[in-house]
Amino acid sequence: MTEPRLIEVRKNVLKQNDLTARALREQFRAAGVFAVSLVSSPGSGKTMFLEKTLTLLRQNYRVAALVGDLATENDAIRLARSQAPVKQITTGTLCHLEAAMVQKALQEWNLNELDFVFIENVGNLVCPSSYDLGENLRLVLISVTEGEDKPLKYPTIFNSADVAVVTKLDLATAVEFDWQAAYGNIQAVRPGMQVLKVSAKTGEGMEEYLNFLVARREELRAGAAVQS
Amino acid sequence: MHELSIAMSIVELAEEEAERRGVQVTAVHLKLGALSGVVKEALLGSYEMAADDTPLKGSSLIIEDIPVMVFCSSCETQCPISSIQLFCCAECGTPASEIVQGKEIEVVALEIADDGTPPNRSQKKRS
Repeated sequence: MTEPRLIEVRKNVLKQNDLTARALREQFRAAGVFAVSLVSSPGSGKTMFLEKTLTLLRQNYRVAALVGDLATENDAIRLARSQAPVKQITTGTLCHLEAAMVQKALQEWNLNELDFVFIENVGNLVCPSSYDLGENLRLVLISVTEGEDKPLKYPTIFNSADVAVVTKLDLATAVEFDWQAAYGNIQAVRPGMQVLKVSAKTGEGMEEYLNFLVARREELRAGAAVQS
Repeated sequence: MHELSIAMSIVELAEEEAERRGVQVTAVHLKLGALSGVVKEALLGSYEMAADDTPLKGSSLIIEDIPVMVFCSSCETQCPISSIQLFCCAECGTPASEIVQGKEIEVVALEIADDGTPPNRSQKKRS
């Protein structure tokens, strides 16, 4: 038997997802939509946070949301209370959203009639990190009830996100949340990462966060205008 | 647990490549970054399942672990990090977040059998 031969290939396994994500990003750009995705562990307050986001933002902007869930439509029902268009992506046993699922779910909407699209990923701090969804901004949520060491346990997701949002701030005192430790851990795994603090329940920090989103959208639009 | 779908994508990719070149694959060489979000052991376990009932049945997956490298602004070059929990240049300790390596999930090479001819149909049925 001769020596096994090696053929060089060099191909990205997630190339198809990356291509779809790139197409989505171009679609968002062309329509002037700012797309924001949310990742977190289950129970970090993503849905309540998003419900508040939609309710407040839709006073001045046209907003819509896609929500990924393994089995139920409960999140979509909760989000629909914001009066914004909401579409559920039921992933079945799949633990994350992929770009093609987002693309398919968006088909029914005219993106030209929207300013912001939010994409709530399945509650999971591992799998979503591998998949680009074509979003302009990825938020990773960490609630004060989860423990300050979450960033150290999941450095990959913190490195796939752009900004961290600490949620359930109203419970911080009750659970003796150590802000300095949490902030330090985020900076350890992702130096320079911007961290926002909110309580969707009391509204604390929401205005600053929404202003931040609006500013990021303006920046992107200004950049796109210069380029074109 | 998305390793099975990643394993299926690897098999699909290798199968296409093998068919195009008319070769029989005995092993797939993969680069897997420490920040790929994929667990090596789970991927190895899933690969066998994904390759079953495909021309890659019986082939092996050979994974090369790719450590994280960052661009260090002090050293002005690529450096390894202190640890996966501490994104600082391992050389000088400067915090660094510009990742230049470590997110790969990349098929780099295929190992092919003997003279490279694919087995004929009767051989396939026997296995």
